[in-house]
Amino acid sequence: MEIIELLRKPWPWYVAGPLIGLTVPALLLLGNKSFGISSTLRHICAATVPANIPFFKYDWKRESWNLFFVAGIALGGFVATFLLSNPEPIVIASSTKSDLAALGITDFSGLMPADLFSVVNILSLKGLIFLVFGGFLVGFGTRYAGGCTSGHAIMGLSSLQWPSLVATVSFMIGGLICTNFLLPVLLNWVV
Amino acid sequence: MEKIRNTSAGNADNGNHALLPDDSLDGANQQRNSETFAGNFKYLIVGLLFGIVFVKAEIVSWFRIQEMFRFDSFHMFGVIGSAVAVGLISIWLIRKWKVTTISGEEVSIADKTFNKGQIYGGLLFGFGWAITGACPGPLYAQIGGGFLAVTVTLLSAIAGTWVYGWLRPRLPH
Repeated sequence: MEIIELLRKPWPWYVAGPLIGLTVPALLLLGNKSFGISSTLRHICAATVPANIPFFKYDWKRESWNLFFVAGIALGGFVATFLLSNPEPIVIASSTKSDLAALGITDFSGLMPADLFSVVNILSLKGLIFLVFGGFLVGFGTRYAGGCTSGHAIMGLSSLQWPSLVATVSFMIGGLICTNFLLPVLLNWVV
Repeated sequence: MEKIRNTSAGNADNGNHALLPDDSLDGANQQRNSETFAGNFKYLIVGLLFGIVFVKAEIVSWFRIQEMFRFDSFHMFGVIGSAVAVGLISIWLIRKWKVTTISGEEVSIADKTFNKGQIYGGLLFGFGWAITGACPGPLYAQIGGGFLAVTVTLLSAIAGTWVYGWLRPRLPH
């Protein structure tokens, strides 16, 4: 039972990081697969609406292992949330918490603030910005960059690809600018 | 060292890999033979374990991403940094000991070629990451974890990818 209690607590970075790193050799040794999740978004486009666009005309079925991989991630998210959930509220840095509270965030109980990410917000301005606009940037940006945190920051840096370092630095700069300049404006506007 | 082929994704020696030559596909499949349907379940299991780590380490949390971009916590930097360190050592050992895949192939990793998209796209993704609190991997884990509103984020991300594919010939690279 103690093991379960331990698993239910939030896992520290020095446990989670190395486990994530092990995904790299696991995928390589299981079948010469490079770790990279954002390409699944492209496979979904290629499988559903290729629309005769050259970028979506390739053998996506050959890459379907990645769709199984992300289906696994969703299942893992289910298992961790409903079978191994942490009964305590999330503990975040007090400075982040006070900054966000000043911007109007009131719900600090779960992994995502209900102020922004609850289903009732889907058809509101909040949903349009935090779900639709944000999601569009994630999909457009990762594909334009040729990868995301997994493909560039983890797989790319692990295999010493310098373009991945450029991409990773760009992700961080974009995130820093957005968090510190755009996000306060957006939150003041909609919350 | 030279035994390890570094091939570009797309122009691999097998003809059924019909990707554009200047294409930097992440998550490339460099295995010679296609996977069977049953064989793909290996990756579902790896994904399942990975998804559990994502949620339990709170990497899927919007709050954790906010902390990272405000430099208020070491957590996310520790996760990414130690993941890269373990990945780096693993690949180094695979190359040093010439470890093969379970079907006996030599391990091959596609080289990434630089283009300006890594800067422009990277900046745009950084904005999206800060707004949604998610990169593509956590989107799937959040949906599995019951944040059903994120389904909209995922659909919009797919739409963003589609629009990129459509505009690609006209974008600076």
